Amino acid sequence: MGKAAIIGVGQSVFSRQYPGSIRELAFESFKDAMRDAGVTAKDIDASVVCSAPEYDKQRSPAGVMAEYMGLNPQPTFYVETLCSSGSTGLRLAYSLVTSGLHDVVLVSGFQKMSEISSAESQERMGRGADIQWESPFGTMMPAYYAMHAKAHMEKYGTRLEDLALIREKAATYGQINEKAVYRKAVTADMLADPENMMSNPVATPLRVGDCCANADGSSCLIVANEDKAKAFSKKPIWILGLGAASASVNLAGRDSFSGLDVAERASRQAYDMAGIEAKNIDVAEVHDCFTIAEMMAYENLGFAKPGEGKELIGAKETHKEGRIPVNVDGGLLSKGHPIGATGGSQIRTVVLQLRGEAGEMQVKDPEIGLVHNIGGVGIYGNVTILGRR
Amino acid sequence: MGKKKETDDRFKKFGTVSFTSISKVNDFIDYLEDGKIMGSACLECGRVFFPPRADCHECFSSNMDWFEVKGAGILETYSLLNFAPAGFKDDAPYLVAVLGYGKYKVFGRISNRLPKDQIKIGMEMKAVVNKLAGGQLNYVFEKI
Repeated sequence: MGKAAIIGVGQSVFSRQYPGSIRELAFESFKDAMRDAGVTAKDIDASVVCSAPEYDKQRSPAGVMAEYMGLNPQPTFYVETLCSSGSTGLRLAYSLVTSGLHDVVLVSGFQKMSEISSAESQERMGRGADIQWESPFGTMMPAYYAMHAKAHMEKYGTRLEDLALIREKAATYGQINEKAVYRKAVTADMLADPENMMSNPVATPLRVGDCCANADGSSCLIVANEDKAKAFSKKPIWILGLGAASASVNLAGRDSFSGLDVAERASRQAYDMAGIEAKNIDVAEVHDCFTIAEMMAYENLGFAKPGEGKELIGAKETHKEGRIPVNVDGGLLSKGHPIGATGGSQIRTVVLQLRGEAGEMQVKDPEIGLVHNIGGVGIYGNVTILGRR
Repeated sequence: MGKKKETDDRFKKFGTVSFTSISKVNDFIDYLEDGKIMGSACLECGRVFFPPRADCHECFSSNMDWFEVKGAGILETYSLLNFAPAGFKDDAPYLVAVLGYGKYKVFGRISNRLPKDQIKIGMEMKAVVNKLAGGQLNYVFEKI
């Protein structure tokens, strides 16, 4: 099978409320990615559109996006795996170009979450779980991750203070990312202060500061086969490894709650495909929709042994200057989590890092980067490994 | 004028808000009315399921029997929700949890009657049927 590379990336500013419609929101990152790749609409052979459909009033958004982006009459279609839709889009683009069916494929992810209230959003997100057997109990995403946090704390002695350090780190980099939705400092002290709203309980043990914020946003990636990548791009970023897995939607079907099986499986596949190990990763983006999610990611990806994620963050090894910098763009916690746009945004961050174009967020000379993107509470797991060569 | 066709939509009675009305396991609701929480077991290969299923994915059989969820389960994890999603505001705050029974697990709520400081991962609990407002039904976990 041939190689595939990412030759263009784009991301809109992630905001509380985007002053435009979904097609206009998606266009923001589309034009960035097209300019970045130096291509025009005629160079794009197909487009894959990613979002979580429960937020969209538009049925079948792919058609509308392709029309607005000037990508007719090329084929277009829609893909979703909840919060990991963007990574699934990249997986499809990779197979479309390496199979020889297309030369260049565009992946557009978007979400305009502000069209509905926070409670409505929680109810819709909760319905990303098992609607027949769990949702009737009144479930929502923070509660599912809170149950994982509770189990992790019980099994490994992880403390709230450890989780707070992850939020503090995210906020440190969110402040220097001009595309982040939350650009203020959040300290571990704030999460420990009962007078501070960041410490307010959402679903115990998770507090407001442990949870990512809803946002409106879009991201865009342009994927090309080897010939086109070399023709169009001076700095193609190669897709070295892809892993994907699924698990029971109902928590009753899971073996353990102190980690995510899909992340472990997907990372093993991706490492094998790339022919590398966890220790070879120079920079990573992980799916920190909640602080506990990043803690579990450290362990599921092999950056730390099970139960030792707290030592990794405690020693600041996942900070920009550490052994394995993680989410140095603010992560979902501070950069924001517009569902369908998230995976593409994570991939964009790692592409910019590998090109050496991440500005103030740049880590020192990375060769290989990893993206961990989870859909639902570990229903869908995707790991992508990217490299400079 | 034909007679109006009867719809078996018993499943709409499950939980505070049900998002499902018709299922092949609608009898689950009748059992709840009788105070029983039931799983299903495949009559071909013997695999047991909770929540109950109409079809076995091991042997593709739809020849299933009911069994009752009885006795002690182990509390594997839980969370107290301080905010509720739309439709559940009147219930908050409430606890969701998973009980492990060995061959299967049960997702549900912990009884509000149980003092919070008595809840501990690893404790033995039992699942009991709980009647909600408006004739709705669910199950909650209680201390043994």
